Amino acid sequence: MSEEIRHEWPLFEVFVRAKRGLNHVHVGSLRAADHEMALHHARDLYTRRNEGVSIWVVRSDDVVSSGPGDKEAFFAPSGDKAYRHPTYYAIPDSVPHI
Amino acid sequence: MTDLAESVFAETIEKDQRVEPRDWMPDGYRKTMIRQIAQHAHSEIIGMQPEGAWITRAPSLRRKAILLAKVQDEAGHGLYLYSAAETLGADRGDLTRRLIEGRQKYSSIFNYPTLTFADVGVIGWLVDGAAICNQVPLCRSSFGPYARAMIRICKEESFHQRQGYELLLTMMRGTPAQREMVQDATNRWWWPSLMMFGPPDEDSPNSAQSMAWKIKRHSNDELRQRFVDMTVPQAEALGVTLPDPELRWNAERGHHDFGEIDWAEFKRVISGDGPMNKERIANRRRADEEGAWVREAAAAHAAKQRAATAGRRGEVRA
Repeated sequence: MSEEIRHEWPLFEVFVRAKRGLNHVHVGSLRAADHEMALHHARDLYTRRNEGVSIWVVRSDDVVSSGPGDKEAFFAPSGDKAYRHPTYYAIPDSVPHI
Repeated sequence: MTDLAESVFAETIEKDQRVEPRDWMPDGYRKTMIRQIAQHAHSEIIGMQPEGAWITRAPSLRRKAILLAKVQDEAGHGLYLYSAAETLGADRGDLTRRLIEGRQKYSSIFNYPTLTFADVGVIGWLVDGAAICNQVPLCRSSFGPYARAMIRICKEESFHQRQGYELLLTMMRGTPAQREMVQDATNRWWWPSLMMFGPPDEDSPNSAQSMAWKIKRHSNDELRQRFVDMTVPQAEALGVTLPDPELRWNAERGHHDFGEIDWAEFKRVISGDGPMNKERIANRRRADEEGAWVREAAAAHAAKQRAATAGRRGEVRA
């Protein structure tokens, strides 16, 4: 950005569990001085209408992600392993419950 | 490599898939996206002020609680959007600075004053109604984080419009003076609401590129027409007159015809010379300056806590 006026607080990624039994899902990010404040801000910002029963906050610079360029190297190897899917195996229609 | 990246980007757009922050994208796309999201975020943040002015003067505890929740939502919407802009490498401290220094714009609508409590209702009905018209198609915008923020925002926005319309219905059942207030507020906000959709298509140079990139899905004039068609029956049900003598149903087009918008006024207000521009920015600047010590103190406290924790860990190891 232009003149390097950075925000005073680090960025946190926020994950909310909508209800017991579901995964925490990424909902966005926010700025906070520390983890505790990030949790409070996340409560105020992302759960104003009972959207969640649990929140995770993670410092954005602690998140390591695969890049779009890594897609081949990361995910191509599973492409040719069709035998990992049940539909790969032909079973006669006459065989029940399988 | 770049050719490949370009064709991947083009294919993503073509197939109506979402562009994600770490994907390659043309510089123009990134810049347009940051600018549009930032201006949208600024509009939400500045948009807290016209209605915020009425929180302490709301006529009942119920109205006060509703208004407080609504203004809090606007703050939330601004923050969702700054969060989306930051996925593109922008920094919200920097964006706020640009707003305060007048280097980035926000919606012209928030530069009009809120003179009576009826304005709170009319803002919900017309201004949020127009915003919904604009924002629903943005839920399918090509940039993933923006589209996802818009989905959240649209879900919350419908309460805004309904509370406004309900407020107006209540006032229309009141005294003649209250009905007069509703009509007066409608007269003042109608034209500025139509301006919210931006300049006419033939005068909107960036639109074609934004449509090609599927950032925008409909033209300004299309959305404006949709808003007029939606609003006319709502005005009838409410019992107010929209202040446009040329407004009438055109059976041939299947749409309402309406009068000429004062584009000179739009240009004046968007470039800083509206009734409230100076006050809006001055308030935002003051809030930023007066909050600076809080942000610094919290950062200092957090640093101290980290140092103390590290110190304790050091002792245990030693």
